[in-house]
Amino acid sequence: MTASPTEDELQAGFDATIGRNDRIEPRDWMPEGYRKTLVRQIAQHAHSEIIGMQPEGNWITRAPSLRRKAVLLAKVQDEAGHGLYLYSACETLGTSRGELTEKLIAGAQKYSSIFNYPTLSFADVGTIGWLVDGAAICNQVPLCRTSFGPYGRAMIRICKEESFHQRQGYELLMTMMRGTDAQRAMVQESVDRFWWPALMMFGPPDADSPNTAQSMAWGIKRNTNDDLRQRFVDMTVPQADALGVTLPDPDLRWNEERGAHDFGQPDWDEFLQVVKGNGPCNAQRLAHRRRAHEDGAWVREAAMAFARKSREQEASA
Amino acid sequence: MTENQGPRDEWPLYEVFVRGKRGLNHVHVGSLHAADDEMAVRHARDVYTRRNEGVSIWVVRADAITASSPDEKDPLFAPNGDKVYRHPTFYAIPANVPHM
Repeated sequence: MTASPTEDELQAGFDATIGRNDRIEPRDWMPEGYRKTLVRQIAQHAHSEIIGMQPEGNWITRAPSLRRKAVLLAKVQDEAGHGLYLYSACETLGTSRGELTEKLIAGAQKYSSIFNYPTLSFADVGTIGWLVDGAAICNQVPLCRTSFGPYGRAMIRICKEESFHQRQGYELLMTMMRGTDAQRAMVQESVDRFWWPALMMFGPPDADSPNTAQSMAWGIKRNTNDDLRQRFVDMTVPQADALGVTLPDPDLRWNEERGAHDFGQPDWDEFLQVVKGNGPCNAQRLAHRRRAHEDGAWVREAAMAFARKSREQEASA
Repeated sequence: MTENQGPRDEWPLYEVFVRGKRGLNHVHVGSLHAADDEMAVRHARDVYTRRNEGVSIWVVRADAITASSPDEKDPLFAPNGDKVYRHPTFYAIPANVPHM
C-alpha cells in the first residue's frame, strides 16, 4: 500500500480540487478552518429555517381563509424540511443534529437576525414571503454552487421550494392591495417595518465582514454581502412599483451611471444589538424552541424504547 | 457503532434513496434520524417527497453502509486507467462505414 500522505500533500490536493472548481465531499481531507467555517455557516442556516417557523406559525390559527391557512401550513412545513436538509448536510461534517440543537438553545450558535422581529399583522405573512424569502433566495441561489457537495445539494432542493414561498407572499400582498384602504395601509405599514431588517439579512458591509475573503477563497461563499444586497434592491424596486407600495428609503433612486439603484444604509447599530440577543423577540424565540425540544423529549425516548422492544420481540420470535 | 447510545440517545441516522419515477434508479437524496426502519420511511416521505418527487423510497442505517476509502481513491480506480481499449473510441473505423 502507499505511505499515508503528508499534511502538505493533503492540503495541495484540497487546493487543487477547489482550484478546479470541483466539489469537496464529506470523506475528503479538508483543513480544520474550512470544516469549522462550514459547520458554523450551515448550522446558522439550519437554525434560521427552524426558528423561522415561529413568526409565521404565529398566524396559522388566524389565517383569514382555509386557502390561506393551507398555504401557510405548507410553507411552515417547508421551513422545517429546509432545516432538516441543512442539519443533514452539517452532520456529514461530523457534528450531530442533537449537538447542534443543544448549541442553538444554549445560545452558542446564531440564526438570522430577521426572525427576531415580531409579526404584528397578517400582512406580515405576505411581506415575509416577498421580502424575507426574496432576500433569502438572493443569498441562496449562489450557494447552490458552494464548494462543499452536501451543502450545495441541500441548497438546490431549498431554492426549488423557496420560489413558492416568495410567490405566495407576493400574491397575498397583491390581494390585500386590491382591497380596502385599511388593507392597503396594513401592507404599507408591514413593508415599512420589514424593509430595513430584510436588507440586514445580507450581513454587515463588506468592509466590516472579516470572514468574507477566506470564505470566498474556499468557494463557500460566492458573492460578497454588498453585491447580494445590491442585487436584491435592484430586483425588488420594480416589484414594489407593481405592487403599489413605497420602500421606506428617501435615498433610494436609480443611478444611470452605475446601472443600479443607490440606497441608504440600514441601522447597523440595531443589527448588532439584535445579533447580540437584544432584538424584540430573541428571548421569546429561543424560549419557545427550548420548550418544544424539552417537551418533546419523552416522545423521542418512547420511540427509542418502542424500537428496542420491537427488535427484542423479533429476535426472540 | 451499534446503538448510538450517546448521552443524548439520539435516534440513529438513516440514508435516504428516492426513485423519482418508474424507469429511473433510486438516487441518494440525504439523511434523517428515526427510531426504527418504518419511522425512517415515514419521515423520508415527509422530508424528501412533499412535491411528488418520488414513487419509491429506500432507507438504510448509515452505519450499515460500507464505502471505499477516499485515501485509496487512486489505487482503487487505477486498474481501469490504462485500459483505453474498453472504450469504443479506441477503434478507428472509416467514416464511410454506416451504423457503427
